[in-house]
Amino acid sequence: MSLDKATVAKIAHLARIKVPEADQDHLAGELSNILNFVEQLNEVDTAGVQPMTSVAPHKLRRRPDAVTDGGIRDAVLLNAPDSAEGFFVVPKVVE
Amino acid sequence: MTDLTKLTMTEALAGMSKGEFTSVELTEAHVRAVEASRPLNAFITETPDQAIAMAERADARRAKGEAGPMNGLPIAVKDLFCTEGFQTTAGSHILEGFKPPYESTVTANLWRDGAVMLGKVNLDEFAMGSSNVTSHFGPVVSPWSQGTLVQRDLAEEGGFLSELTAAVRQPRPVQEWQWTRKLVPGGSSGGSAAAVAARCAMAATGTDTGGSIRQPASFVGIVGIKPTYGRCSRWGIVAFASSLDQAGPMTRTVEDAALMLGSMCGFDPKDSTSVDMPVPDFRAALTGDIRGLKVGIPKEYRVDGMPAEIEKLWQQGIDWLKAAGAEPVEISLPHTKYALATYYIVAPAECSSNLARYDGVRFGLRVEGKDLKDMYENTRAEGFGAEVKRRIMIGTYVLSAGYYDAYYRKAQQVRTRIAQDFEQAYKQCDVILTPTAPSTAFAIGEKMDDPIAMYLNDVFTVPASLAGLPGISVPAGLASDGLPLGLQILGRPFDESTVLRVAGVLENAAGFDALPPFVAARG
Repeated sequence: MSLDKATVAKIAHLARIKVPEADQDHLAGELSNILNFVEQLNEVDTAGVQPMTSVAPHKLRRRPDAVTDGGIRDAVLLNAPDSAEGFFVVPKVVE
Repeated sequence: MTDLTKLTMTEALAGMSKGEFTSVELTEAHVRAVEASRPLNAFITETPDQAIAMAERADARRAKGEAGPMNGLPIAVKDLFCTEGFQTTAGSHILEGFKPPYESTVTANLWRDGAVMLGKVNLDEFAMGSSNVTSHFGPVVSPWSQGTLVQRDLAEEGGFLSELTAAVRQPRPVQEWQWTRKLVPGGSSGGSAAAVAARCAMAATGTDTGGSIRQPASFVGIVGIKPTYGRCSRWGIVAFASSLDQAGPMTRTVEDAALMLGSMCGFDPKDSTSVDMPVPDFRAALTGDIRGLKVGIPKEYRVDGMPAEIEKLWQQGIDWLKAAGAEPVEISLPHTKYALATYYIVAPAECSSNLARYDGVRFGLRVEGKDLKDMYENTRAEGFGAEVKRRIMIGTYVLSAGYYDAYYRKAQQVRTRIAQDFEQAYKQCDVILTPTAPSTAFAIGEKMDDPIAMYLNDVFTVPASLAGLPGISVPAGLASDGLPLGLQILGRPFDESTVLRVAGVLENAAGFDALPPFVAARG
């Protein structure tokens, strides 16, 4: 699989990482190399093999759907780059 | 008094319980060693005041007869573990300055048992790397790098600083190390490895996703164990690839590893993958008796281009275990050659998902943009380094519509095959012996422009990670370039006890006692 510039731009956007156009060719080469490397997996016969979802043979535990903590607004906001009146502040989303 | 930084943790515990020295004395010696080791760039954040305060509390507990199993032992914490009120960066610009309002379960367990925090140690950014060169805070230099030491005392220089140091009667040595060739300590737990090998921390926490404890342990000549997936809680550890990440200790002896692992493990309801089973007394497992044990030797681990001396050391390891009464058995792990490719789909896929939370809104770096999406993209472009971006993008691609089945699902199926290989093998043997890494440490700057060459470092550690199995690296000898090489022992799920027992035998037989050229405290 060889990725072109346009695909790299699309992946970058999906990943929400700005990649300047000047870097796209170089990145396309690097990502293509990695994809070529992983394509050796096509040699493995996996017909009827269950995809692994957990290495430990146990069921995920569940807990009651209840609030177990709370009242820690200040701790939650402690590392926010911008906050006001108990909320996170972001650039305007709706015009 | 003997040099306190040369002691193992087990020796230090004995010394403190006999009253030969206090935790404060032990900790002060290590705080000075941390300062002296600054040329290694092993620490991102030093916490000397916290260390002394914790040591004082440890001494008070010991006086009251309430000493925990790790009471008063100064250790370093990989900067991937959240520590309440202390900067936790994951080696990334995007988390620079982040002070978690909570404590990871593993570190909380260690503090509960009396351990003392010297500081937070460097790592590859978000634990992605095998060399510690991807850290935003700069590469760690391996203490095994050759160089010349120039040492002077600040007090000799006159002025305010010398008056200050004279007033507290504490020499402040300044070590300047002229490196002739800077080697990597391995990664991602490179700061942990360097700090323990250079004798500035008695031990350190590490995390292992594809070999990040075992490979650096091999590169710097220390012991590192990754327990079974589920043994240590992942709660409060900055996530990389959640189905693989597992914490473990990095120490100078197998006994110390057993001691510290016992503190780190345990059921945690806050991690849904934490396993609810009792933690054995790992130290009690170190009986030295491995008679009749079957040691699997996987034929697929004889890879092309592996240096002859690694093959030779592996054979030496087989002979040592045989001499101790174990029986080598040739086994086959037929899907070994596909492990790396599987890993480099699964890990990036999980990382792209886990790292989606770094968006400049709730914590960490924010880089403004013309709208919200633009702010996300700018923040992540500036906040993440090249390797992290590469992996996020690979992960985004293999999970995207149209490619999910071809890449991600396929990799998860091969992962099942790899785990089945081990299940089959453990019908014939009790543990598996392999080399830890395909080479000794390389120089900083080498292999940088070829991600695949860098990924090959993990060729022997990744398969067990994919299968969730416990594995340890034990220093086994020096290569012809004078650098350490480790041997790896893998075990059955939750059978760390046998892994440690065999590791102890290997450690005794190897008698590895070489010191790196750079040691923090001399004399």
